[in-house]
Amino acid sequence: MSSLEIINLSASINGTEILKGLSLKVPKGEVHAIMGPNGSGKSTLAKVMAGHEDYIVTDGDVLLDGKSLLEMDIDERSREGLFLAFQYPAEIPGVSNANFLRAARQARLPEGEEIDAVAFYKEIYSKMDQLGMDRKFTGRSVNEGFSGGEKKRNEVLQMMMLEPSYAVLDETDSGLDIDALKIVAEGVNAMRSPDRGFLVITHYQRLLDYIVPDHVHVLSDGQIIKSGSKDLALELEEKGYDWLKEEGLIKA
Amino acid sequence: METETATDKSIEIDREESNFHYDVDYKHDAGRGLDEGTIDYISNVKNEDDWVREFRQKALKVFNEKEMPTHWASEDLDTINFDEIRYYLSAGEAPKRSWDDVPDEMKETFERLGIPEKERKFLAGVEAQFDSEAAYSNVKDAVSEQGVIFVNSSEGLAEHADIFRKWFGKVIPTGDNKFSALNSAVFSGGSFIYVPPGVKVKHPLQAYFRINAEQFGQFERTLIIVDEGAELTYMEGCTAPKFETSTLHSAVVELVAMKDAKIQYITVQNWSANVFNLVTKRGLAHEGAEVRWIDCNIGSRLTMKYPGVVMKGEGARGEVISIALANDGQHQDTGAKMIHAANNTSSNVVSKSISVGEGRSTYRGHVHIPKHLKGCKNNTECDALLINSKSRTDTYPAITVRGNQHATQHEASVSQVSEEQIFYMKQRGLSEAEAMSLSVNGFVNDLVREFPMEYSVELKRLIDLEMEGSVG
Repeated sequence: MSSLEIINLSASINGTEILKGLSLKVPKGEVHAIMGPNGSGKSTLAKVMAGHEDYIVTDGDVLLDGKSLLEMDIDERSREGLFLAFQYPAEIPGVSNANFLRAARQARLPEGEEIDAVAFYKEIYSKMDQLGMDRKFTGRSVNEGFSGGEKKRNEVLQMMMLEPSYAVLDETDSGLDIDALKIVAEGVNAMRSPDRGFLVITHYQRLLDYIVPDHVHVLSDGQIIKSGSKDLALELEEKGYDWLKEEGLIKA
Repeated sequence: METETATDKSIEIDREESNFHYDVDYKHDAGRGLDEGTIDYISNVKNEDDWVREFRQKALKVFNEKEMPTHWASEDLDTINFDEIRYYLSAGEAPKRSWDDVPDEMKETFERLGIPEKERKFLAGVEAQFDSEAAYSNVKDAVSEQGVIFVNSSEGLAEHADIFRKWFGKVIPTGDNKFSALNSAVFSGGSFIYVPPGVKVKHPLQAYFRINAEQFGQFERTLIIVDEGAELTYMEGCTAPKFETSTLHSAVVELVAMKDAKIQYITVQNWSANVFNLVTKRGLAHEGAEVRWIDCNIGSRLTMKYPGVVMKGEGARGEVISIALANDGQHQDTGAKMIHAANNTSSNVVSKSISVGEGRSTYRGHVHIPKHLKGCKNNTECDALLINSKSRTDTYPAITVRGNQHATQHEASVSQVSEEQIFYMKQRGLSEAEAMSLSVNGFVNDLVREFPMEYSVELKRLIDLEMEGSVG
């Protein structure tokens, strides 16, 4: 029961099928990585799980601790415990980072309960320190004018503040230099716990040097074509995705 | 699906917080429709001097002669049936100095709207108008001891005729437009304020205008004179219950800032969707004086309002900061008028409008700087935010600058709350209404910072309620 389970998931956008019967199970306490060439459906998987309305689920299900996510609205999925760290986080002009996170935290409280502002700031400052973020970021508009690396750090900050039971990280390494990558990975590693599952989507093996996965899956043409231990990522790095073609796993 | 119905219902209750009315026995009722007899009735009830009676009768003629401005404004104006409207309703009692003496239904009305509580917390004085007349009017002793006069317009006319008459109708003449003429004919209620030279009123004075009756027109008339070097912040709030029939609110507000005086006039109105809100507001700024309008327009069926400042003395300053939110079925037609009539005068206009659903926002600006002047400055910024593709926004800036010794600047922008923004915010657990509300608050954030704290909280709350209602 305590897992994020994707069952035979198929989804399309504008009539084109992108996910074609994908199955995958991430138990709590584990980190799973999904790797795959461009266009294999990695980002689609993340968006479909979060409930993006451009995609139509044609078959299958996604269960969070046994509950179907597909019947929930986007925000309900989030409050249920699913977090998506975006590849391209949106900018929200005029809304400060702190207010945004306060609103997100407030949305998780029962009606009539208010968050404790002092405790909130204490917490956000300590997490920002951990991520090497300047405290002035609390007052800046969400992601507006942030560099690529600042945006990704901000995603991890939000994840730390919202404490989801399952986090999907979509290409969190893209746009990061090595120092930023290390900091982001440390943030993620600090959140690893028996009560939390991670699905780390990446094109490159590099991120997995710092966030060491329990399992690695290869996504191609909307399906998981190979699963293995962390060594699979190294093998892919070394041999490239073409190697899988030669194995007959990817249609040439 | 049952849960969804329950959610809708709770939203309904929230939005409807000002949607209630009481059955009141009106002692004075001028009946429906408008003619000379209606005006005689009002003048008789108020026991007015002959000059006021003549002023009203003349204004009625001007109103009847003037055409509806539908050649440039919304044709929706033609749906107002002036024969069905009731022009004067009152309980026939003088405004009370204590809430305990206010008739129960009126007292309850204002308590439900939180007025007595605000008064205790941060106001220097309050006037609460119920339909045509004030039910309550009081100013704190410390303020009246400084010589500040804060009464309703009838009392102003009766007790302070010398100052009142000097400025009455001078900033906004009867014939300024059809609705200023209508107001001049049937005006009742509104505030008269005089602040003596050098007196800086620390806390705001507030008026609250409540419409209770159906098929009614509220025509308050406000005149504020702030003498040399004095300062005043005045705030007004307005609400009405929602009726099937239309309600008319047509006020005239005249401000006079003498040499080096400062007036800040703040409006936060939240009209129900059946109200035609057609208001004329203008300030006269003498040498070195400053008139600043902060105007938040939420609700109503059609609002037409263009606060103005005539900068008559050298170095005078005028400012209009406005926020308009047009939800489904609403049209906010707002803007600003800046008339430079002396050297080295400067004006600033910042307007932000939000259109939701089929809501429509229009900005009309008029900046006038004549050729013989020098050293005048104007800055105009208007930004529009669209939420969903059906909403509409128009901008009509008219900047007439003659001569070459002036500096003017105009910027306009239109932006949209994108689906990706909403998706992002919802992924963090915010409902669609919360996400939109946050975006809208973000859009107006830099302006809201200019407001007194209590009012920025109020505005944020109103935006939240409005956005909740728009998503449903």
